Amino acid sequence: MAAEPQPAAPTQGRGPSHGMRIFVIWLVVSVVADLLFGFLLAPHLPPGDMSSAAHDEQDAINIMVLMSAPVVAFVLVYFGYALIVWRHREGDDEDGPALHGHARIQTAWITVTSVIVLALAVFGTVELWDSHGAGAGEGPAPIFKPPGTVSLASWTPGKPLVVQVIAQQWRFTYRYPQFGGFETYQLVLPENQWVQFDVTSLDVIHSFWAYQLGVKADANPNVNNVAYAKPTQLGHFMVRCAELCGLWHGAMFNSGSVVTQAQFQSWTGATKSFMADVTRLLPAFATTYDPTVIPAFRSGPVMKKLGLTSAGGGFYPPQDPVQP
Amino acid sequence: MSLPVRVGTLIVAFLAVVGGAIFVVIHYLLAGPPVIDFTAGGSGAGKQVNIVLQEAPQTTVSTKPDWVSYFIRDPKTKQWVHTTFFKVPAGATVNVTVLGYDGCTPARNPFFGRVTGTIGNTETVDGKTVRVLDTWRSCSVGHTFSIPGIGLNVPMGSPTTVAANNALCTNSPCTSGPKATMKFSFHAPTTTGAYFWQCRIPCGGGYVTGFGGPMQTLGYMTGQMEVTS
Repeated sequence: MAAEPQPAAPTQGRGPSHGMRIFVIWLVVSVVADLLFGFLLAPHLPPGDMSSAAHDEQDAINIMVLMSAPVVAFVLVYFGYALIVWRHREGDDEDGPALHGHARIQTAWITVTSVIVLALAVFGTVELWDSHGAGAGEGPAPIFKPPGTVSLASWTPGKPLVVQVIAQQWRFTYRYPQFGGFETYQLVLPENQWVQFDVTSLDVIHSFWAYQLGVKADANPNVNNVAYAKPTQLGHFMVRCAELCGLWHGAMFNSGSVVTQAQFQSWTGATKSFMADVTRLLPAFATTYDPTVIPAFRSGPVMKKLGLTSAGGGFYPPQDPVQP
Repeated sequence: MSLPVRVGTLIVAFLAVVGGAIFVVIHYLLAGPPVIDFTAGGSGAGKQVNIVLQEAPQTTVSTKPDWVSYFIRDPKTKQWVHTTFFKVPAGATVNVTVLGYDGCTPARNPFFGRVTGTIGNTETVDGKTVRVLDTWRSCSVGHTFSIPGIGLNVPMGSPTTVAANNALCTNSPCTSGPKATMKFSFHAPTTTGAYFWQCRIPCGGGYVTGFGGPMQTLGYMTGQMEVTS
């Protein structure tokens, strides 16, 4: 007598290894994403490679993208896998299995994300230190300084060049204290020399953004905001105001140039001579200026009699009938 | 109310709202100061254009009588027009005469006392050729005429004495009163387009840093030079 066929046992065994599948898909997608980014996009990311600050910024962006791409890939792969594999099927109206805690997954998740965040924090701090502020305004007392002592009396190659950026509605002007303190509309910098930008404003808040140099520092009235960069390539770069500052904010831009040391010395000599007649009228170089105060010795008798002792605009007093 | 009446009422109301919006856009948002045309006779390096401006201490022809303003004399009618928009031919030599009826004000940055961008980097003030004016030391500058796009910055002279500064013209456009006369020339760019110009002296009294009000309102102390082919 033949034995009766036995009913098939319930499928309590191990199903497909979803974890392994997801891991393999994630690994492939991550490697492809990082390779595509690294070889195709990374070399072309802003702000470019024209100065040390710009180079460091580009490196930092690239490293962060390379690190974050696998994280994004994991989220998307898991999402896509869940949508396809664990979707609702016709006739399957049963509840899913109860969910319980999974200590190993939770521990791994917390550990991995903590390591990534802490690693990025350490990386960012090291980059800030290593690149002498990464081209950002560091305030009046910068922590991350380039090597060399700054002398305002004169400039010698190898020491930081000081350029004061003076913002006013709607034009940047540039003052070179180490060359007699002349002021000019042109921003000319020597190649491969550290530059210290002392950024300030004479009216409202502006922002000095030398895009290709990777320098961006707010220009606040009565504040000296210091930023550093070392131009490493000859050529032109764009300067824009990056803070909405009034009617012609959009037109507040100019181009600057990086030249050889010989060209720079020649330019400073010619400009110093060309601007000599107005340089003698400028206030002594200072890190900030109060344009509402004209030194008493500079104010002539007619100005004093007219009460024009300041160059402010100020406000009408409260009792004045004319109010804007 | 019948259906046709209700539909008609709805259409009329809709058209009224749309019409009102169009009126506001055209009348208030798109309206700007008139443009004075100096392009008659074509363009080119040999072309000469003569522009006459004046600064009036008060703009009594406007709704802002306390504001200072530039005016431009129309070459066709010889009448003063309250505007700061003008059109010049590309590449032309632009000869500018400015009648400075306003009093002196110190600049926030004395650097702008330097003449730049004119032919010879000079101007004449009451017939005297100057390269730089000390806006802090002497009562000598009322405003500037500056076109950053072409590197032009010309400080405008002013009446220099206490008596003259206390007896300034009070009705615009000014036809009498103490004044300084400035003359300078510059080359219009060969690239066509709109080049904004502005005053750099903080003459927007009553506003933050003196750069509000007339300093930020087209038709008063800032405007555009349109360069056409």
